[in-house]
Amino acid sequence: MKIRYFDHAATNPLHPEALDAMMPYLKNEYGNPLGIYDLGQNARDAVEQARQETALLVNAKPAEIIFTASGAEANNFALKGLAMARQNDGKHLIVSRAEHHSITNTARSLEKLGWVVTFLPLDKYGTVDPQAVKNAINKETTVISVIHASSEIGTIEPIKEIARIAGERGVAFHTDAVSTTGNIPVDVKELEVDALSMSAHQFYGPKGAGALYLKQGSRILPLIYGGIQEGGRRAGTENVPAIVGMGKAAALAVREMDARAAHVKKLRDRLIDGLTKIDKVHLTGHPVNRLPGHASFVVEYIEGEGMLLMLAAKGVYAASGSACTSKALKSSPVLLSMGVSSSMSHGSIVLSLGMDNTDEDADVVLAELSAIINRLREMSPFAKSGWGELKEGE
Amino acid sequence: MTLKFVENVSPDVTTDIVYMMCPMHLLKLEEQVKNLDMGQVLELLTDYDGALEDVPAWCDKTGNEFLGIDEADDYYKLYIKRMV
Repeated sequence: MKIRYFDHAATNPLHPEALDAMMPYLKNEYGNPLGIYDLGQNARDAVEQARQETALLVNAKPAEIIFTASGAEANNFALKGLAMARQNDGKHLIVSRAEHHSITNTARSLEKLGWVVTFLPLDKYGTVDPQAVKNAINKETTVISVIHASSEIGTIEPIKEIARIAGERGVAFHTDAVSTTGNIPVDVKELEVDALSMSAHQFYGPKGAGALYLKQGSRILPLIYGGIQEGGRRAGTENVPAIVGMGKAAALAVREMDARAAHVKKLRDRLIDGLTKIDKVHLTGHPVNRLPGHASFVVEYIEGEGMLLMLAAKGVYAASGSACTSKALKSSPVLLSMGVSSSMSHGSIVLSLGMDNTDEDADVVLAELSAIINRLREMSPFAKSGWGELKEGE
Repeated sequence: MTLKFVENVSPDVTTDIVYMMCPMHLLKLEEQVKNLDMGQVLELLTDYDGALEDVPAWCDKTGNEFLGIDEADDYYKLYIKRMV
């Protein structure tokens, strides 16, 4: 059975050129970058080249890139590190309801340590209102974090406007750009952010490599103490092969970004056109201002999990909301915050596209998903009667 | 060793290494002093207690002048004059 992969928001295949670049560092070039001999120097040079390539992808200086093991680590590092470095100035944080769990759960962990967190609401398209950010800032506010684009609904947030508001009030601003970096232009200078998280496997790099951009001169408390790797800000012997793979993937993304975006956008629009023609299937997220390879929907009267299992049986791999939400079978907080009812939110499905997807893949998913929706609705007690008296949370 | 406290020193260059791990204070110190002109003063901002001992010792060893320490709320300001 041919596999048709529509879950690129979860992860992507490794680019063959990134794998080729990594291979020497998985085999003979095993030196520790802190070693003073050639083997160490080679590894150090490779990490520094990757730092330059990664910096170029987001228009940063190489010294502003701190490699991490994942986007989640970069998010934890940013929120905890920036908040703790500023705790004498105040203990109020602002995050949005569109955030990934690596921000919301980090914010909650800080709540337990005495910080006060404001969660910004979303409009029906999942957009954060910059005016709401302005209103939420008080004299205790030290850090604001708003996601660049949600991998659940695809909406691109007005980061530049929000960052400017934060900057005017002297508040550090971080954005989780894991789903955007390498997929759409991300320029830290243009966005005016103090910190920005990214992850290699979101742009055809390897898993196990991420990075935090931290504007020169910004203070941050380390998450991981130890040696002087990453400028004394993130200890631990560098994952040299993964970092090299990230650098190569970043260089490829710079070169191929426009072509990749055009390819997935064309397929995305076909999926959105086709699926929203089905009765009671609604697009989630912003209709225009969204990730080029992201199509997300709620299908009334049926469970997302049911659709996913039946699609998987046909070789079509997709997701329902975020990977974590999907596993936990919970209503998505992002969809709930957008005003989608709890019952409807269970019918969430996300189709995220990549370079391996073809027109034929789109034809297949449109046909299969239409048939699956019909079959599941035939079995659903709500399909004929509507949601009836079903209340929130049921 | 007796700590020497100073106030109102006007540095030529300031380097902020607050929250950076040991021994970044020595690596940055060496790198930054190398970039100073002779007689210029570096202000090193750090929260690392060990720097209070290490930086004067480094100055002694290298022949540069340790001007002293000023305390901010949650970090130290160390002043080093390039002499060699």
